[in-house]
Formats: sequence, C-alpha cells, structure tokens
Amino acid sequence: MAGKTASEYIQHHLQNLTYGQLPVDYERFDGTVLSETSWTIAQTSKEAADMGFWAIHVDTMAWAIGLGALFLFVFRLAAKRATSGVPGGLQNFVEVMVEFVDTSVKETFHGKNAVIAPLALTIFCWVFLMNLMDLIPVDFITHLFTLAGFPFMKIVPTTDINVSLGMALSVFVLIIYYSIKIKGVSGFVGELTLHPFSSDNLFLKLVLIPINLLLEGVSLLAKPVSLALRLFGNLYAGELIFILIALLPFWAQWALSVPWAIFHILIITLQAFIFMMLTIVYLSMAHEDSH
Amino acid sequence: MNINLTILGQAIAFFIFVVFCMKLVWPPVIAALQERQKKIADGLAASDRAERDLELAQEKSAQELREAKQQAAGLIEQANKRAAQIVEASKGDARKEGEKLIEQAKAEIVQELNQAREALRSEIGVIAIAGAEKILETSVDASKHNEMLEKLAAEL
Repeated sequence: MAGKTASEYIQHHLQNLTYGQLPVDYERFDGTVLSETSWTIAQTSKEAADMGFWAIHVDTMAWAIGLGALFLFVFRLAAKRATSGVPGGLQNFVEVMVEFVDTSVKETFHGKNAVIAPLALTIFCWVFLMNLMDLIPVDFITHLFTLAGFPFMKIVPTTDINVSLGMALSVFVLIIYYSIKIKGVSGFVGELTLHPFSSDNLFLKLVLIPINLLLEGVSLLAKPVSLALRLFGNLYAGELIFILIALLPFWAQWALSVPWAIFHILIITLQAFIFMMLTIVYLSMAHEDSH
Repeated sequence: MNINLTILGQAIAFFIFVVFCMKLVWPPVIAALQERQKKIADGLAASDRAERDLELAQEKSAQELREAKQQAAGLIEQANKRAAQIVEASKGDARKEGEKLIEQAKAEIVQELNQAREALRSEIGVIAIAGAEKILETSVDASKHNEMLEKLAAEL
C-alpha cells in the first residue's frame, strides 16, 4: 500500500481492469479531453464507471477463461486416457469428481437430459477454481501486474458481479428453455398464471391471473438473482476481509488471514457446490410437469 | 462493480465450456466408469459362478467316488462269489476225479486179482502135480489126473 490511504488501497483492489469506450469530449484522469469516442483502458475507477455497459473487465475475463480452460484441459487429458482398467492418479481424481457430480445429479434430477450433468460438472469445477483464486494473497499477483504497468488487476473472477450474474442468467435461459421445451408455451404460461391460486369460476380465474403472475414471476426471477448474488456476495465479502486484513502491519496479518483462509476453503467449496446444486434443482423443477 | 459486457463474455465462455465438457470430457469418463463397473460386476458374477461350479464339481466327485466304491464293493463280492463257486466246482471235480480214480484203481485191482487168480489157477495144477509127485515120488500123469486137478483149481 505504497503511498496510498486505506480507502484508496481498498478501492484499488476492488477495481477491475476495464477496457471500454469513453465518449467524445470526456476528460481523462490526467486532464486531457478526448477529441473522439475511443476504446481504451480505464485508469481510474471513475473512468471505468463512466464507460457504462460498453466495457469489459479484461482481468475477469482472462482469469475466468484461463481457469475454465485449465479445468477443461486437465479433464480432457484424463478423459482421453480414460480406461476401464486400473486408473492412474489423474484419472482417479477426475473420476471422483465426475462420479460426485453424477451422483448429485441423479439424486436430484430424475428426467433424462444429457446436458445437466456436464453442465453441473463445469459449474462446480469452474466456480471452485475461480473461488480458489481468493486464497492467493491479495497483493501477490495484483502487485506484480501493477509493477508491469497495469492500473488494476483483480484476480478473483467470482468477486465480479458480471461473472456470477452471467452464469446465473445462462442458467436462467436454460430454465426458460427447458420449461418451454418440456411443458410447451401454453404449459409454461399456465404454470405462471394459474398457480398457486386457481378457481373453477372463469371470472375469478381471470382476476387471479395477475396475482399468480406476480407471485410466480417473482419466484422465477428470484432464481437467477439469488443464484448470482449468493455467490458474488460470499466471495466479495471474503475478498474484502482479506483486503482489510492486508491493511494490518505485515507481522500481524497471519493471525487473522490464516484462520480466515482456512475458513474460506470451506466457503469456496460450499459456494461452488451450492451453485451447482441449485442449478440442478432449478432445471429439475423446469422439467417437472406437475401442473 | 459495474455491470457491463463482461456479463456477455462470461455467458459465452460458460456456454462454450459446457459444450466442450458435454462433448469431450463427460462421455469418455462416464463410459470408462460404466465399463469398469460392468467389468467388476462381471468379475463378481464369474467368481460366484466359479464357486458354484466348484461346489457342483465337489458334489459330483463325491458322488462318483461313492459310486466307484459301491461298484468296487460289488465287484469284490462278485469275485468272492465266483471264487467260492470255482472252489466249490473244483472241489466237486476233484472229488469226482478221486472217486473215478479210486474206482479205476479198484477195477484194476479186481482185474489184477482175477489175472493173478487165473495165473494161479493155471499154475496150481502144475504146482499141485509137482507137490503130489514129491509126495508120491512118482509122476502123476497129468492127463489121468486132469479131472482132479481141475476140481482143485476150481476150489481156489
């Protein structure tokens, strides 16, 4: 935290490396005024915020894709060499993961869908790896990148709301897709409008439709939002506490950071597991044609 | 904390990863798992079967042993019977043979006795005459005393 106040230090650590579009006549951090709309890397948090939607968190994307690729590379390696004979160490590990996910899916999801299990595996491993970055000391990689000239570097993708929301919305799209695929448009609309309150009286039925739609709509929309915010909130708070601990004198940090890190091992695994399980449960509900 | 294009980037990456996982990771691993499961199940079934086969074989061998013993016992009994029969038969033969021999011997004895008697009969005349000659100191005319001699010989 060389030459920075505590709040500057925290803000610096919570800011993503953002590449985005700044509008014409925008005054940059160093006082220059843009003569035309331009794509650039934000040098301050304000610039990053002013870029609005047309910006991308380069660090988040790089770490997320890198970790996802690492996961798939390792698993693909094991899958290619998979034999039904005596498995080696890597294959053993991969099989344990696959079997764990497969069991979880089979216990919860009773339909027939080839997508669910690989989806759950991808979610669990990927989210776990992204969460795992939280255990790397907060200044370690960030400082290296700062030395290399990057204005910001946030290495835990899941502390970026875009990541958790992006995955949650993808799951949401799948929920809608499978709801319509299994129940048909009318079945899905009926599920949203004719429950939980129903009546045989046509007039009463019409009156109840908006109420049902409101209730079911909220519960439907709450799924991706809760999915995203649970993961994001847990990891963001955890990261924030690591940053706060890093504000302590270096000889005192271990007393707090070690217990918190150990506790965090539980949290990152649990959050990855919860994200996976809820995805399975939501998709299982989308497949159930109970109404 | 700004929501921006990253959300789309993440969704796209997520989609690609899931598809990759679904096509290239999940099937081979799960196939290997299932194949191993099947192998193990087959192995267990085979060992069960082998155990059952062993039991059957043991049972069968025990039964065969029992049968063989029975057969052997039967054979021995038969052989004993046969031996007894043979012994009996040979005993009978021997007895018969013996009797035959004895009869033969008896017949021979009788024959020889008769022969001896005949010989004696033929010679007794001469001896009697010789004896009488000695007694009478004269010769006896055989033709004269033939009648007497024959009477004598018949008495023998």
